[in-house]
Amino acid sequence: MSTAVARRTSLPGFGLTMGLTLTWLSVIILIPLAGLFLKTLELSPAQFWEILTSRRTLNALRISFGLSFAAACVNLVMGTIIVWALVRYRFPGRRIFDAIVDIPFALPTAVAGVALTQLFAQKGWLGAPLAELGIKVAFTPIGIFIAMVFIGIPFVVRTVQPVLIDLDPEIEEAAASLGADRWHTVFRVILPSLIPALLTGFALAFARAVGEYGSVIFIAGNLPNVSEIAPLLIVIRLSEFRYADATAIAVVMLLASFVIIFAVNRLQRWAQTRIPAH
Amino acid sequence: MSTQTSFVTPEAPLKAYASTAGAAISSLSRREARERPRAIASPKDFRTEPGPVRFVIVALAVSFLTIFVVLPLVVVFASALSKGISAYFAALAEPEALSAIRLTLLVAAISVGLNLLFGVIAAWAIAKFDFPGKTFLVTLIDLPFSVSPVISGLVFVLLFGAQGYWGTWLQAHNIHILFAVPGIALATIFVTFPFVARSLIPLMQEQGTLEEEAAISLGASGLQTFFRVTLPNIKWGLLYGVLLCNARAMGEFGAVSVVSGHIRGETNTMPLLVEILYNEYQFVASFAIASLLAMLALITLVVKTVLEQRLDEELIPRDDPR
Repeated sequence: MSTAVARRTSLPGFGLTMGLTLTWLSVIILIPLAGLFLKTLELSPAQFWEILTSRRTLNALRISFGLSFAAACVNLVMGTIIVWALVRYRFPGRRIFDAIVDIPFALPTAVAGVALTQLFAQKGWLGAPLAELGIKVAFTPIGIFIAMVFIGIPFVVRTVQPVLIDLDPEIEEAAASLGADRWHTVFRVILPSLIPALLTGFALAFARAVGEYGSVIFIAGNLPNVSEIAPLLIVIRLSEFRYADATAIAVVMLLASFVIIFAVNRLQRWAQTRIPAH
Repeated sequence: MSTQTSFVTPEAPLKAYASTAGAAISSLSRREARERPRAIASPKDFRTEPGPVRFVIVALAVSFLTIFVVLPLVVVFASALSKGISAYFAALAEPEALSAIRLTLLVAAISVGLNLLFGVIAAWAIAKFDFPGKTFLVTLIDLPFSVSPVISGLVFVLLFGAQGYWGTWLQAHNIHILFAVPGIALATIFVTFPFVARSLIPLMQEQGTLEEEAAISLGASGLQTFFRVTLPNIKWGLLYGVLLCNARAMGEFGAVSVVSGHIRGETNTMPLLVEILYNEYQFVASFAIASLLAMLALITLVVKTVLEQRLDEELIPRDDPR
């Protein structure tokens, strides 16, 4: 702790930079978010409850959370397979595919939205063959699901990848030398040690999909009660000047994402205690 | 004592960091991957799977990424050029397109500039000093990453909208924030808030304070110390944060969509124009604008890869006596 005291005394600018940081943080983040919660307080609990339990709101929340959960599950499985292929195997174009994983992060959501819609529309490159099989993707809940899978895949890959790379080879060697076959080594030894990272990736992909707007609304079809996601319902209520309705839905979604941040933080701590530092 | 805060080791913050859009930075931790010898699959290695299994896993990974990530990107350029190269450039030369490009550049300049300034200031306070509540402060800075873009726009509508807290006062004084450049800039600053600070904090913590302390004891002023000692040490990390901040600022859709009002030729940024043109079935024009944003994304990814290699060098702890 003596270094902490030394730091505080010898370097200048703590008061000024901390003051500016807190001011800027308050102006941009804290006051606007506080405004959101204050606005909800203008509603009586009965009004708040009525908005949230109206059929359209419930359906929008069900669609957003349900499909995000399904998409995060797919991301979990496919993300693990992709990480495994990228880390453990050599194949032509491996480095390029590694870089490609970041595209859903980097591509503006509106661009992803129109591109996915074009791709899966009835006459699109993938939509046409799927339509012949009788599967309609664009403008249905399946479309929402596809967009959520697209947006979530980097979260699982980029969370699990460094952990798999750092995994001590001796664990596997020990398992093999003790007579475990490869199947057992992978499913009983390697995958369990990836669990904190896998769950973190899952939670991050889920959180992103719940809040996602741009890449979903084009492909969604946006039929109330069928393919209308919660963020879109917020936008619709705003355009109808029903601020209270928009705010109530927003507060529920915000609280859900706070719960997810909390869960992710706990997962990180769990991961740090499980995996011994090198 | 080194595990008291969650961001003492370089990996921990970067992994913990990966919430929503900000997860881009989490790939910083991949830098380590390049330095470490990888487990190379050879037929005799018992640490690998049988040949057919390996083939299936690689085939699944490659086809999934091709279908879900590569094809959408290819569709953007194919649709933009579907009526020929002259139609493409004609679409980009439309006055509406030009005004959207100008507005996007203006908003990005404002929000990146302000977030750069305050990101550096916040990183100085957080990385160079110890104080109670540091972890909580970092969580607050990270908040915008976990807020839905629509909600990021909504909070400003509630403050400045006609029915908002300050709406009547603003109207009485004829000040336009919503449906004008200030509102769009505010929403963009909100969603890009954490990028610069978050890419600097782990880096500056890792570098410690010895060099700055030496400069101060030799009589340098605070600003001199920052510009001559700290800045050269963090320049790649700073560029990294600016790069990601800029990409998000130019590409932001949800938050900007809520506050913009969609006034044609006035408050439409490039992503908003993509939406409007697409809904009007002007596919070539829509994908022409989209292709510019896609190119921005690709360039960002390439520069990011280069910067990650530079960052490896910056992350070498400076507290080691040399």
